[in-house]
Amino acid sequence: MGMTMTQKILAAHAGLDRVEAGQLIMAGLDLVLGNDVTTPVAMEEFKKIGAGEVFDKSKVAIVPDHFTPNKDIKSAEQCKRIRDFAHHQEIVNYFEIGQMGIEHALIPEKGLAVPGDAIVGADSHTCTYGALGAFSTGVGSTDMAAAMASGQCWFKVPEAIRFNLSGKPGPWVGGKDVILHIIGSIGVDGALYQSMEFGGEGLSALSMDDRFTMANMAIEAGAKNGIFEVDEATIAYVREHSAGKYRIYQADKDAEYTRVIDIDLSGIRPTVAFPHLPENTRTIDEVGDVPIDQVVIGSCTNGRIGDLRTAAKVLKGNKVHAGVRTILFPATQAIYLQAMKEGLLEVFIEAGAVVSTPTCGPCLGGHMGILAKGERAVATTNRNFVGRMGHPGSEVYLAGPAVAAASAVTGRISSPEEVVK
Amino acid sequence: MTEGNGTERNQSNEKRTEEKRIEGNVIKYGDNVDTDVIIPARYLNSIDPKELAAHCMEDLDKSFVSRVRPGDILVAERNFGCGSSREHAPIALKASGISCIIAETFARIFYRNAVNIGLPILECPEAARDIAEGDQVSVDIRTGRVGNRTTGRTYQAVPFPEFMQEIMEADGLINYVRERMERK
Repeated sequence: MGMTMTQKILAAHAGLDRVEAGQLIMAGLDLVLGNDVTTPVAMEEFKKIGAGEVFDKSKVAIVPDHFTPNKDIKSAEQCKRIRDFAHHQEIVNYFEIGQMGIEHALIPEKGLAVPGDAIVGADSHTCTYGALGAFSTGVGSTDMAAAMASGQCWFKVPEAIRFNLSGKPGPWVGGKDVILHIIGSIGVDGALYQSMEFGGEGLSALSMDDRFTMANMAIEAGAKNGIFEVDEATIAYVREHSAGKYRIYQADKDAEYTRVIDIDLSGIRPTVAFPHLPENTRTIDEVGDVPIDQVVIGSCTNGRIGDLRTAAKVLKGNKVHAGVRTILFPATQAIYLQAMKEGLLEVFIEAGAVVSTPTCGPCLGGHMGILAKGERAVATTNRNFVGRMGHPGSEVYLAGPAVAAASAVTGRISSPEEVVK
Repeated sequence: MTEGNGTERNQSNEKRTEEKRIEGNVIKYGDNVDTDVIIPARYLNSIDPKELAAHCMEDLDKSFVSRVRPGDILVAERNFGCGSSREHAPIALKASGISCIIAETFARIFYRNAVNIGLPILECPEAARDIAEGDQVSVDIRTGRVGNRTTGRTYQAVPFPEFMQEIMEADGLINYVRERMERK
């Protein structure tokens, strides 16, 4: 029996000719990542190992993005500790305010994730880099500590679900709608412990930004990782962002999958996940009348330039609805600058929205857009759990940037088709 | 900001290694208990286990903090610990006094984190569905046997694979890695 893409990458990083689902392996890592919430715990555990130095100064990345710019004194103290740690360890890829961005937008942009890599990060959305044909997965702080010391991580080789994509998505349908549609059909534990492997002729209709969004939310179906076949678009992205070596892995023709699911992209409608689970999806045609108080466009899921362009298309020449706080978060400094050069920031500000510095902020209820009891937000973020964006009595509706921007204009969850004639 | 969480962890790990049998009163929850309700992100500006424990389960069950007793066993249904990778979640539960978690299934990062910090965790669908709030339950971590003293029923969980047993017996991943690196 052949191997899936993920199995091939894991075998290569474990120094094995082949691996099978369920096998426990120790794999070498190309990158170990942490942020300002997970690194403080990891640092303490790292010190206990007594290794002294990290395994490779250029293969550890630390990005303070969650509660930054520091939201309060305690966050400032945590950031100071990881900054000191990064300087002491001479971590090459430590990104301070001014250079930083939301980690999962920043790492690919900086060329630190390329096809064929094996990556762990102490953040659940580390699965984002699967968009590049890498094996990339979220771990906790202790795993991060052990990985910083040894350059290795243990894995149970996952089974996989194969998603064969075909067709071309409609004008207002993006990666977010596709992944919400998938989570809605397989459930929040539909891919538990497994890989989600995406491929097929429909891939060419999805931009790299669409693919990052989809791989990013693999964790929302419980998956260990999401991974995309490498095509011309991937190679073009990697050449633009990295001078390093990469390796393309393809699944064997006789690879074993637990399920094979065909997805016709042309049949997917703009999709919204209702509170309080990403699997509670409805198409935009089924949402009914849901008035909202806030719109958040950004995050590691949808804060890339393609997302901002989509939002600007909807907001251009429109005003946000009275009383709807509309906050946009370009995910990195480079994206921010690009949005400025393209005039997108002007569109947002003229529409009555605000544009923030890169931060995870409101996505996890940290800062910069917290909800009061009873308030509702449409957000392009990734989770709508109880209390995720603030008060446990508030509600988050997950959507792509087109629906989020349209909803900002009408003041209730709306289709962009309603706003852009 | 405390620096001493590791000492506390290691002490409780030593105790656990000596005695693999756990007994306790059950606190029961349902499906998809996510890490955001186990420890809301607004408290992640601390890594102090006691401080985290003071807010544990706050957004799901405000009574948890006042009614949890040291040694209590948490039983939940599907996909326990889904969501974020925050290790603060199993740390908060452990510091609350939870001695073991039994669920139908666990989200994978939570599962790794619990093993890595030495919080016993068992997948046992039958026990997870059958055991009720307030039952007295005993667990043998080595064999995966679960006994419900209240109803007299017993269940068999899949025990940890040998590799993970080794991590648990080394008092968590940090000691396991340290031992391996020292041997090199």
